[in-house]
Amino acid sequence: MATLAERAKSLRPSASKMALDSVGPVVLAIGLTLLLHFVVGPAVGHSGTKILLDMGINIVLAVSLNMVNGFTGQFSIGHAGFMAIGGYTAGIVTYYGGYKLFGTTNPTGGFLGAGQWLFALSCIAGAVTSGFFGYLVGLPSLRLKGDYLALVTLGFGEIVCVLLTQSGAVVPASGIDAVPAWQLPYHVGGAVGFSPLPFYTNLFWVYLFVCITVLFAYRLKESNHGRALLSIREDEIAAEASGIAVTPIKVRAFAFSAAFAGVAGGLYFHLLGALPKPGELGFQKSFEIIIMVVLGGMGSVSGTILAAIVLTILPEVLREFSDYRMVVYALALVLMMLVRPQGLFGIREIWELGRERRKKARGSR
Amino acid sequence: MSMRRFVAVLSFCSLSWMSACNGEPEAVSDTILVGEYGSLSGSEATFGQSTHDGILLAIDEINAAGGLKGKKLEVKTYDDQGKTQEAGTAVTRLITEDHVVAVLGEVASSLSIAGGRVSQNYNVPMISPSSTNAQVTEIGDMISRVCFIDSFQGYVVGKFAYDHLKARRVAVMFDQGQAYSTGLKDDFIREYTAIGGEIAGEPQAYTAGDQDFSAQLNAIAALQPDAVFLPGYYTDVATISIQARRAGITAPLLGGDGWDSSQLAQIAGESIEGSYYSNHYSHQDTSPAVQDFVKKYQAKYNKTPDGLAALGYDATKILFDAMERSPSLDGKDLAAAIAATKNFQGVTGLISMDENRNAIKPAVIVKMQGGIPTYVTTIYPKGTEPAPTEVPPVTPPTADTAAPVEPATAPH
Repeated sequence: MATLAERAKSLRPSASKMALDSVGPVVLAIGLTLLLHFVVGPAVGHSGTKILLDMGINIVLAVSLNMVNGFTGQFSIGHAGFMAIGGYTAGIVTYYGGYKLFGTTNPTGGFLGAGQWLFALSCIAGAVTSGFFGYLVGLPSLRLKGDYLALVTLGFGEIVCVLLTQSGAVVPASGIDAVPAWQLPYHVGGAVGFSPLPFYTNLFWVYLFVCITVLFAYRLKESNHGRALLSIREDEIAAEASGIAVTPIKVRAFAFSAAFAGVAGGLYFHLLGALPKPGELGFQKSFEIIIMVVLGGMGSVSGTILAAIVLTILPEVLREFSDYRMVVYALALVLMMLVRPQGLFGIREIWELGRERRKKARGSR
Repeated sequence: MSMRRFVAVLSFCSLSWMSACNGEPEAVSDTILVGEYGSLSGSEATFGQSTHDGILLAIDEINAAGGLKGKKLEVKTYDDQGKTQEAGTAVTRLITEDHVVAVLGEVASSLSIAGGRVSQNYNVPMISPSSTNAQVTEIGDMISRVCFIDSFQGYVVGKFAYDHLKARRVAVMFDQGQAYSTGLKDDFIREYTAIGGEIAGEPQAYTAGDQDFSAQLNAIAALQPDAVFLPGYYTDVATISIQARRAGITAPLLGGDGWDSSQLAQIAGESIEGSYYSNHYSHQDTSPAVQDFVKKYQAKYNKTPDGLAALGYDATKILFDAMERSPSLDGKDLAAAIAATKNFQGVTGLISMDENRNAIKPAVIVKMQGGIPTYVTTIYPKGTEPAPTEVPPVTPPTADTAAPVEPATAPH
């Protein structure tokens, strides 16, 4: 009879397997993004690339929102607000920071050049700021449930929009030196939106962040933290009774979700080269993301990815219908919801669907 | 079952993906493809549709006259739903998939900026028919416009209020979420105070889509201004005008080209009567260029063209004029030709491009009378007021005499 320690040791995977598990996905992700950047991108042309980029950004947004709306079962309508915070932070870093560092507000350096690293840094800065705000908002509001939380997040998103609308005009490159550095974050364009931002977003960075987000979300779901989130979603009182500190865990999920939304904001705004006017980052944008999550399946990472892909391509394909485009789009949504009200995959992942069916088939035999 | 459905969805995706990528083959060589993007749906849909109608009319005319050296012009239009991201995608697609030689669009300034950034990046010339915010053409040398800019419009309304209405104290109420509105507000205040006017109280802010404006309007009513300046879009302005009359404000309302929609009178009814706004042209202008255009437009669409239709028409005509002058249809050559436009007789006046590719041209002031915008006067840019002898091609003599005919609705 082995001791408990020995039994635990035998369950622990070997060092090589652990190394493979932790490094493998990262290597795979970098390989995939390089492939996308150098092979797929040129193959599909500029317009195809633009759609691929939109798709990647939507995946980051949808998967990150799934951490709150899907895993934890909380209803947040403020995701676009976090995206805006991240995007504006990233914009300040690349526009004003870029000027201070390189002396120009135009893109600097080629692929993986200095400008690109600044851009990656700016996205991370966006994530940190936005995550911090997520934490601040989450702390008091996640004691609320259901509709009340939805209202608080809705209000938060609108506050962000209104505050950004009140900001000052962008300082042109020629005048940046004359403005004290601490005042610069105020000059983010007001109602016009923040432009001209350098075009830094490319397939490599977008899909690198997509991989990080997906990996994070999936591992979170499968970890004991994720189990705690799922238990909160199923029954908050039961979860609390089982010893789960409900509010801190919810707040953490909220902050992580906000942080990834911030990354998406940074990517999104450097793709457009101009920040959309703040009015466009209101609850309508949040709802676009919610639709992806609901359609893909609340709690299913792969389902959300698929929904984000479908909902990005669909309007582009329907462009040929011109006037009836949005009608067809809406009809497609209604149809999908009628056929599968639980979303494409419900709470499961793509690969679990087959397993489920085999299990069922075996059970019936 | 669900697996099969998943495969079906996946194959649908990949199929649609392929069709999205392949697009159409390059434009056939006997036509020249011009791109257009606009808000054909969404909250400012009438803007996009009017512009689209104007562009189509111009294209038809050009083709009927033989096109460019035997090649027909064709326009490819994408809807952007009034969204920045869609505008970026639409312009990218026009340029990289459809290989258009030039882009026409947009009405809203923020969308012109988003699309303009893309155009500039790919070195394809873009003409904005009606974006009046200064930032649009600051993007770069590929971007030009055929309308005046906000600072001029602020000057026009300010000068009209001061000289013609004899208004000395004007209250201001603006949409804080629209670049157009905040910009025009600032420009108006600067220009109006520069000629000696006074702004009554603090400018009141609202947000597009608000339904109740009573707080702001009561504050304005208490100030008893000689006029109220509302630099917003027609949807909100209509609601505001109804509530303004209810709040006891009898002073005339003033506005910019954002008022220009047939829906303004439909929604606002009586309450907008006697109000003035500046516009790019008036269909009542008796100059031959305008009357000819109005006749052709009515024949084709059976409705009266608004300013945006006229600007869409002019933008297309200027683009064609530049194509004829340009040594090639290459982006740089074409953009240079557009920027070199001088004294082009358009429907909306005699158009010249300044060094920043903004059109220099007069504006008209119209008055809402019986639900119809009625021509009042023409106001010229500072320093270009024509001597009476130079007037005929641009404005008929009646234009100048019309001004005093329309005495200021005496502000109390």
